[in-house]
Amino acid sequence: MSVDLVANVVIAGVLTGLVYGLMALGLSVIFGVVRVVNFAHGEMMTVAMYAATILFAAFKLDPFLAMLPVAALFFVLGYALQAGLINPFITRPEHSQFMLLVAVAIVMVNAMLMIFGPDARNVQLDYQLESFEIGKILIDKARLYAAGAALVAAAALFCFFRYSLTGKAIRACADNYLGAKVVGLNVKKYYAFTFGLGSACVAVAGCAMALLVDVTPPLGPYYTLLAFVIVIVGGLGSMTGALLGGVLIGVSEALAGLFITPSAKSMFSFGLLILVLLLRPQGLLGRR
Amino acid sequence: MKKEFVYLGILAVLMLALPAVAGPYWLSVATLILYFAYTGQAWNVMMGFAGQLSLGHSLYVGVGAYAAGAIFFHYGIGPWAGLWVAMLLCVALGLVIGFLAFRFGISGVYFALLTIAFAEFTRIGFDHLDWLGGPGGMFLKVAQRDTWDVLNFRGPPLMYYYSMLLLTALAFLGCYFLLKSRAGYYWQAIRENEEAAQALGINTFRWKMAAVALSAAMTSISGVFFAFYYNNLFPHEIFSMNRSIELILGPVIGGIGTLFGPIFGAAVLTLLSDGITEALAALGWEIPGIKQVFYGLVLLAVVMFLPHGIWPAIAKRLKIRA
Repeated sequence: MSVDLVANVVIAGVLTGLVYGLMALGLSVIFGVVRVVNFAHGEMMTVAMYAATILFAAFKLDPFLAMLPVAALFFVLGYALQAGLINPFITRPEHSQFMLLVAVAIVMVNAMLMIFGPDARNVQLDYQLESFEIGKILIDKARLYAAGAALVAAAALFCFFRYSLTGKAIRACADNYLGAKVVGLNVKKYYAFTFGLGSACVAVAGCAMALLVDVTPPLGPYYTLLAFVIVIVGGLGSMTGALLGGVLIGVSEALAGLFITPSAKSMFSFGLLILVLLLRPQGLLGRR
Repeated sequence: MKKEFVYLGILAVLMLALPAVAGPYWLSVATLILYFAYTGQAWNVMMGFAGQLSLGHSLYVGVGAYAAGAIFFHYGIGPWAGLWVAMLLCVALGLVIGFLAFRFGISGVYFALLTIAFAEFTRIGFDHLDWLGGPGGMFLKVAQRDTWDVLNFRGPPLMYYYSMLLLTALAFLGCYFLLKSRAGYYWQAIRENEEAAQALGINTFRWKMAAVALSAAMTSISGVFFAFYYNNLFPHEIFSMNRSIELILGPVIGGIGTLFGPIFGAAVLTLLSDGITEALAALGWEIPGIKQVFYGLVLLAVVMFLPHGIWPAIAKRLKIRA
């Protein structure tokens, strides 16, 4: 096996991993602030992928252009989901929140099956088959653009939390629920806002992913598990951790697919998850 | 005489007499209900009693099923020997997971995700074990279905129904006495407030381990039953997260931590699922996924409006303890 092949696979893994990372970032932000684990995360990702394929089929809209409207729509949907369904569950026990989101996930994945059927759908653009050549290294154009979009979205989110007033308010809600209430923040509104932001992340990641893989309904639960693995490996609630976790999982999947067998690739992700949970339960970049 | 014992007695008589009136279809439905009731009870020991949320219980069902199934498949040895192997393996697995998690102070969401990770890890591992059939599945020989061959656990559906009824009854009684025992009170103390329990001198690590071990052992029996009742095992089915969720829906819907909740919840969900199938077939709406959408919506409604489950609400009406 040549070094070039391995290098190619690793680069592809890193680039796909960045898109995974953006998806996981959405989960991490939601958990970090709202303290609810979104068990419907991968299902939301899959809905975004379907949205990208539909917009492409109907208007020949490039998924990169579809990102903005889909993200806006997802923000509204996420806001509504948190404000309408999840906010009343904030004070309920964990298993109760879990069951709520499991029910949402069941409805979502099967509604997709009803509407779109079990057949795979995809987006076909010319540049998906093209690649950049640097020496013996080939980089798929679509993959590189997708990773770029993920990085831009992640950076925008990062700046939002760091510099904007709303972002600071959300961080205050995450740090101290009671304290945030005392200073007069409408915590539930910010929770809904955060869920909307997390959903928008998933929307961008889904549109980017639609360029790389064919979409079918069972991808939903698969991506949910993947997002969990990534955020736990990176550290729940840590934004850079989510991106790092995404890249790690992307590379480990790619390498496992190359060296062992593609069907065993997620076994390595779960193995990594178990190791991290045992040795560093707060995740690689998480804080206790 | 307490009211609840009278109701339970009536229910037991009805369940014993059921095969006399029920056809093969309803017998299979009743067997399925009992299967979910028993497995839900097993999960309830860990979550409902000791407060440890496991979302990977399909792991114990799968390992139990494959252990007893493989011994029968490869060596022709019946499940009465395989059962012990299955139980030992599952208890060992449960103890490993419990040890790793509790030793490192993993709890809540993290513990739940760890259990999912172990189940998924095992699922993919079994997909690559050719000795057990791999992804193509393992099929047990289906021989003689008319006579009761209890030794090999082979027989007509009636035998499976009664064995599941016996298991469910034993689990119910066991849990009834367990809840009133020292262990039961320790577990409930840990569930309500682990730090306070520790301060009172309860060795929380040891008792949580005990809950996991007992729950794993009980669940492994469901696995053995599953293997010999359905006769075919596929890793992607038996270890899947959907299965884990299916198993815990009964107790969640019925009422976590209650004794009768898992049984009631299993009955409600199984009948609901069958009812939806029939209703949709009658209406001619046979679109893939539509049944699960209804199922999910009902689940959503129950979780939203009856947060403690259905059974406690009914028990209140009947003026009995849940």
